[in-house]
Amino acid sequence: MKVYLDNGATTRTDPEVVDIMLPFFTEHYGNASSLHGHGDTAAQALQKARETVGRKINASADEIIFTSGGTESDNLAIKGLAYENKGRKDHIITSKIEHPAVINTCKQLEKEGFRVTYQDVDKEGFINPKDVEKSITDKTFLVSIMHANNEIGTIEPIEEIARICKRHNVIFHTDAVQSFGKVPIDVRQTNIDLLSASAHKIHGPKGIGMLYVKKGVKLQRISDGGGQEFKLRAGTENVVGAVGFAKAVELAKESDCIDMAALRDKLIKGLLEIPDTVLNGPREKRLCNNVNISFKHVEGESLLFMLNDHGIEVSTGSACSSKSLEPSYVLLAIGLKHEVAHGSIRFTLSKYTTEEEINYTIRTVKEIVEKLRSISPLQVE
Amino acid sequence: MYSEKVMDHFRNPRHAGEIADADGIGKVGNAICGDLMWVYIKVGKNKDGKEILKDVKVKTFGCVAAISSSDVLCDLAIGKTIDEAKQITNQDVLSSIGDMPSQKRHCSVLAASALHKAIQDYEAKKK
Repeated sequence: MKVYLDNGATTRTDPEVVDIMLPFFTEHYGNASSLHGHGDTAAQALQKARETVGRKINASADEIIFTSGGTESDNLAIKGLAYENKGRKDHIITSKIEHPAVINTCKQLEKEGFRVTYQDVDKEGFINPKDVEKSITDKTFLVSIMHANNEIGTIEPIEEIARICKRHNVIFHTDAVQSFGKVPIDVRQTNIDLLSASAHKIHGPKGIGMLYVKKGVKLQRISDGGGQEFKLRAGTENVVGAVGFAKAVELAKESDCIDMAALRDKLIKGLLEIPDTVLNGPREKRLCNNVNISFKHVEGESLLFMLNDHGIEVSTGSACSSKSLEPSYVLLAIGLKHEVAHGSIRFTLSKYTTEEEINYTIRTVKEIVEKLRSISPLQVE
Repeated sequence: MYSEKVMDHFRNPRHAGEIADADGIGKVGNAICGDLMWVYIKVGKNKDGKEILKDVKVKTFGCVAAISSSDVLCDLAIGKTIDEAKQITNQDVLSSIGDMPSQKRHCSVLAASALHKAIQDYEAKKK
């Protein structure tokens, strides 16, 4: 049996998405900036896609900047705002469990003279909005807190954080790459100024994402060239990607998330029946497709490869899977001991995940953990 | 990422386990770092009356490379005289196993030092 449970990394492109994209390679291949017929067709498709994506978060079309994906959106949001504020304000607040696209962008800005506060999280991965408020100074221009964590699925209290930002006149950015299409977002109601999202996490194509930029929020462009995307992102528009992205957004249904959550809970329950296991991240306020469990006394990379041998594809926060040989900083930030972090596995579901696959996964993980524990010296200690 | 030989020893380790009445045990590694190896040796004599490693087993907590290296180490050590076994290096483990990603080579170092420690343990007990 083949079971793909790494949908937090990327998803299978929905065949309906592929179908709608194909004619844009061979027939409607025009450049959206061209004035002729082909150009016009492309421009109209792009506009329609912008409206569809915008509608999903209650934004207007001209607030949606198409980018190459979540990473570029995070870079544009954070660097774009930093350079806009240069010489006036120099302080950013973010968290210790952000995606590398945010953390490493902030680290780069620190080298350039900006100051960054990395907020701690509690043992379930929640950021305390009061901590954010305490960190705000008159030099703070940006708070960037993810909507949902990619490793442990924690859904952050962004409504409250956004309210605090509004009260203090600080721009609020959220990396919603994991939550977009799964957790409803209304950027007007929630007072979000900047929001990053990506298509390939919701069965759209890779290579396209977006940054929502609230009307009136000024960013400095970070690459130079033509005047595309409201002069914020130079380069010929990825029309075929945008069309696919919009279709994926249309296809993202709330009922899918309810079904995934039921299977997620079944998987959590089944796996926690294995002795010496812990769930990483919260029970409630958790992404509908995320399960992250540490299996004590075994190492995640070994578990991953054995699962792979049985057709089950997952990811791990173990150090041994990374070149740095350091375990996941997210798992360390929620207070996991190194040896427990090494044994962590992330299972991420999609709308294609079936109950049969979940049952097979529970059975197989049990067997493999038992096998690895039988050769591990840790148990007898 | 891993060669067939590495994967083979990982999937079907021949020497995983412990020796209940081991003559020497070598414990290396650190769970915090993510690898731990315990090597057990049973000493016997060959027909020339020299002491040899009659059996070697290992318990491993660690990644694919750690489990695989420790198993290959046992292959290399079994049947060797004590003096020969002392000469086994991580290079021997590496060349026997074939290629390994560079960040994983330390697993072969662990395996060799676990064996050396087990021999030391045996020799210390003998005194």
